[in-house]
Amino acid sequence: MERVSTLERAIRTVLIVLVLVFFLFPIFWIVLMSFQNNDQILRIPPSILFEPTLANYTTLLTGKLQTTAGNLDIAFLKNLGNSLLLSTGSVILSLILGVPAAYAFARFKFRLGENIAFTLLSFRFAPPLLVLLPLSLYFKQLGLTDSYFGLIWIYQLICLPLILWIVRGYFEDVSPDIEHAYRVAGHSWWTTFRKIAIPLARPGIAAAGLLAFIFAWNNFVFALILASADKQPVTVGALAFVTASGIQYGQIAAAIVLSVMPTLLLALYAQRYLVEGLSLGAVKG
Amino acid sequence: MSLASVSETGSVPIRKRRFARHALPYLLSLPALLVCIGILVPFVTAVYYSLMRFRLNLPAMKGFIWFDNYINFLSDSAFWNTVSVSLTYALVTVVVELVLGLGIALLLVKPTRLNNLASILLLLPLMTAPALAALMWKLMTNPNFGILSYLVSLIGFTDFRWASDPRTALLTVTLVDVWVYTPFIMILLLAGLRSLPKQPFEAAALDGVPRSFVFFRITLPMLMPYIITASLFRLLDSIQQFDIVYSLTQGGPGDTLMVFQVQAYLEFFQYTNVGRSAALMMVLWAITYFLSNIFIKQWLKLRERARGVS
Repeated sequence: MERVSTLERAIRTVLIVLVLVFFLFPIFWIVLMSFQNNDQILRIPPSILFEPTLANYTTLLTGKLQTTAGNLDIAFLKNLGNSLLLSTGSVILSLILGVPAAYAFARFKFRLGENIAFTLLSFRFAPPLLVLLPLSLYFKQLGLTDSYFGLIWIYQLICLPLILWIVRGYFEDVSPDIEHAYRVAGHSWWTTFRKIAIPLARPGIAAAGLLAFIFAWNNFVFALILASADKQPVTVGALAFVTASGIQYGQIAAAIVLSVMPTLLLALYAQRYLVEGLSLGAVKG
Repeated sequence: MSLASVSETGSVPIRKRRFARHALPYLLSLPALLVCIGILVPFVTAVYYSLMRFRLNLPAMKGFIWFDNYINFLSDSAFWNTVSVSLTYALVTVVVELVLGLGIALLLVKPTRLNNLASILLLLPLMTAPALAALMWKLMTNPNFGILSYLVSLIGFTDFRWASDPRTALLTVTLVDVWVYTPFIMILLLAGLRSLPKQPFEAAALDGVPRSFVFFRITLPMLMPYIITASLFRLLDSIQQFDIVYSLTQGGPGDTLMVFQVQAYLEFFQYTNVGRSAALMMVLWAITYFLSNIFIKQWLKLRERARGVS
């Protein structure tokens, strides 16, 4: 590699810092806002020096919002719980459905296999409203509007392609010889799958599961159209909260912080896998 | 495990084993197949609705009208507005994100500690729910206290209305989209850059080839498969953008940001015109179907290569 001049290195560092400022500043600023009361927020010029308050968070956690028009009940904790339940449920179902299928696609060449795999992949790229709008009519008829199950089923559109294609890649990377040897030793197919194949692909399964969780958590439009008020996750709940609370900016900021933190922390924890997962394995991380 | 039991397994009737071998993959993928079928039902319904006069508020008028919904689009300025807004949005965001993403990837290509930390931190916007990211930017561009409104007022734009001004609405949503999705392109291209073979660069450095020549004649062509994959991926998502636009402006002000999915959503829930809404989504589906076919071919090629290299 050629020698890099000090000037060039300095310019690079400055540019990197600028990039980081642009991409991290909004998160930083919203976190600051969430510890400010409305007077501090409305102060001009804005300042990063202020006496922090936890009032926004306690309001959200107790669920009682005092406004000039009186007390307002906020269901933000309910939204958080819904997000947790919907995302966890979707990932679990998706793993149960997806891992055996991924194994089948990786190990057996069968006629329907590629067709199913590609149909599922094409769901990832089809406009969601195409199926969501007719589904909203069906959901009413089927009585699924007010159920977690209906949403978890539809969330498979997000989770299943991800799990299928990432886990399939991991199964393909593992040589089938170990499984053959185990089979020849007299073990059933099911034992081999459980004791050999799954443990070997475990990093891939974990990565796919984490990513699927993040995408399910971040989803907005599915729940906006299909979920009743009672079952809404944070993404939809936060928007409703903005409309309802109007000018309680500190609480809005706190609600956003609580809503994005779980996925951000998970992303930092799982960052090794993200590159490969995001591109469905087209690029090795 | 004794030898006897091995030969015992070997003596299972061959026909039975062959059946198990053939049926097993189908059984394993059956649940995934059922989900597929479950989703194809509403898809077919959408096709059917798009050929109907179907308004939720006027059930008596419901009837089959073949392609009238589509034919009406041709002379409908709102439809052409949607097409042009969606295409503009998709092209502007993808081009900006591609240029920025490539620039940042080139900055971070050497795996130093600062660069690795930066590339991890840049994942954070990408992992923020786009709907919530839009709300963050809404707070930052609030005319009364938004930090960005304050900052632009310092350089002379005292009444900059961001998303609520038709002239700057596209700029504002583009900014949010760029904030969320540039890291996506960046990490894909970074992974691509780091996987390029070293020899051509070493040879060029030895020969004293100018760096602009290296970039345009070696780096860029070798990176092209990654650039194409990343851009198509983003283009597919961007032309369907809903979360950011809906959270920020619901398609407004006026019809400035009426992208396909927001228009279809409002058509359905506000104007209860199911037929027109479905036809609109079919047009979008046709566009994405076309793009995704190109994309999947490209993506498979790259996937094969990445798997081969590792």
